[in-house]
Amino acid sequence: MSANWLSHHHSHADSPIHRLPAALKLGVALMIIVVTVLAPIRWNAWFIGVASLLVLAMLLSRLSPIFLLKRLLVLSPFVLGVVVVNAFQPAGRANWLAVAVKSVLCLLVVTLVSNTTPFSRILRVLKSTRVPALLITTIALMHRYLFVLVDESERMRRARASRTFTRGRRFHWRTLATVVGQLFIRASERAERIYDAMCARGWK
Amino acid sequence: MHIPDGFIDGKTAAAAAVISTIGVGLALRQVKRELPPRRVPLLGLSAAFLFAAQMVNFPVAGGTSGHLVGGTLVAALLGPSAAVVVVTTVLIVQCFLFQDGGVMALGANVFNMAIVNSVIGYAIYRMLCHWLSGIRGQVTALAFAAWCATVLAAISCAGQLAWSGTIPWSVAFPAMTTVHMFIGVGEGLISAMVFLAVSRARPDLITETTQTGQPQRLGELMRYGLLVTLGIAIFIAPFACSWPDGLDSVAEKFGFSHKLAVPLLPAPAPDYQVPGIHWAIGATALAGAAGSLIVFGLALLLGRWLVPRQSGSASDHLPNP
Repeated sequence: MSANWLSHHHSHADSPIHRLPAALKLGVALMIIVVTVLAPIRWNAWFIGVASLLVLAMLLSRLSPIFLLKRLLVLSPFVLGVVVVNAFQPAGRANWLAVAVKSVLCLLVVTLVSNTTPFSRILRVLKSTRVPALLITTIALMHRYLFVLVDESERMRRARASRTFTRGRRFHWRTLATVVGQLFIRASERAERIYDAMCARGWK
Repeated sequence: MHIPDGFIDGKTAAAAAVISTIGVGLALRQVKRELPPRRVPLLGLSAAFLFAAQMVNFPVAGGTSGHLVGGTLVAALLGPSAAVVVVTTVLIVQCFLFQDGGVMALGANVFNMAIVNSVIGYAIYRMLCHWLSGIRGQVTALAFAAWCATVLAAISCAGQLAWSGTIPWSVAFPAMTTVHMFIGVGEGLISAMVFLAVSRARPDLITETTQTGQPQRLGELMRYGLLVTLGIAIFIAPFACSWPDGLDSVAEKFGFSHKLAVPLLPAPAPDYQVPGIHWAIGATALAGAAGSLIVFGLALLLGRWLVPRQSGSASDHLPNP
């Protein structure tokens, strides 16, 4: 169902931005985000500068602007909600535009980085900083099996849909809960197989 | 409840990041100590499971649908420290890969969803399990704990937004609490049903993780409790403590400088605006207290309905109704 927005095939394309070292991209992105969040509302020059840098990066990276716009629309309901609340708030009216600009800019920065850098490179950068190894292993395993489990839950959903007629809502919830529970059981069984496979390949 | 970048300011982000780093560090140390090596891949797989489970939509009345958040459920299935690691992993991947939740706000999101939601939920769950025995008791306890944890995480989130000056406390607290009191009902229901499904199909998976090391658990929970208290003291206490004088300052601010502005809450007359806002906070607190009683009653009913007495394996412990 939502498998196509999960896919990150853009991160393996080729462009000047894709070829930059991951550590550099992450460092610059982090710097931009921190300064943007901390910047006072009056720093118009900074916001315009960041926006033009992002447009330049987008052009160089050959990502389609429509794709980025779509990502932005999918991700921003929360931003829109708070902006609307703030717009009706007498004290916050001066503030809401700044909040909206800041969050959209930061969202674009992370979207650009994650779509021009393979996740394994980001992990390698994290490993070279002092992030604990257990956390890295967990993140790497999650990333590896994320798509497998999403596919598996999609298969289970299809199997259930083809076998059950829609009856009352309470049965519907019960079957869905069983599907989720079954997904956990399958995940932990898979984890045991993975451990055996890891040991067979000389892990630790 | 994922806070994006730009919504919390530097001081809130820094405070939350420090608390979260300590919390996650504690959790990693605890997991390394108590988890046998053969269960290490389970952490990553559980994180992937949680992500996939969050994509399953449960239909709610009126064409809308809700989904599981799952901190408390994972804590009940794997134990609190493993749950902190698992939920933190999900948040990190969501942040970097799917831009769900900000980079600067990661500390705040980890505090709300990994630490407050999982650990407090687990603490409530264990406390109730002492009183309510059997699988029916566990289901009831989990449903109630998941509801409480959802509401508490929302309050913590409201505190962070208010401390940053993004949304005033008088708006954020009632809005977040009310919305999440309804979301929490769904969360409790789904968590309990999934837990029951797992415990019926593979009871060994649950007993293996949660029944070990009772005395250690208490110390572990105490350490997290200290962290959560610290976070609440920073994010929420400033608003809670200043209620009496806060009223005056709010009255001044709203009464003098924004007399002509549109009131947020529909008030019968402009004069009622300030009491109206203050009333909303008090009413929300009251509704929360009443709501928790109602939800506890609902959780008891849910336990009865999901686990008929004869089918519970430990039904001999249950008092006769």
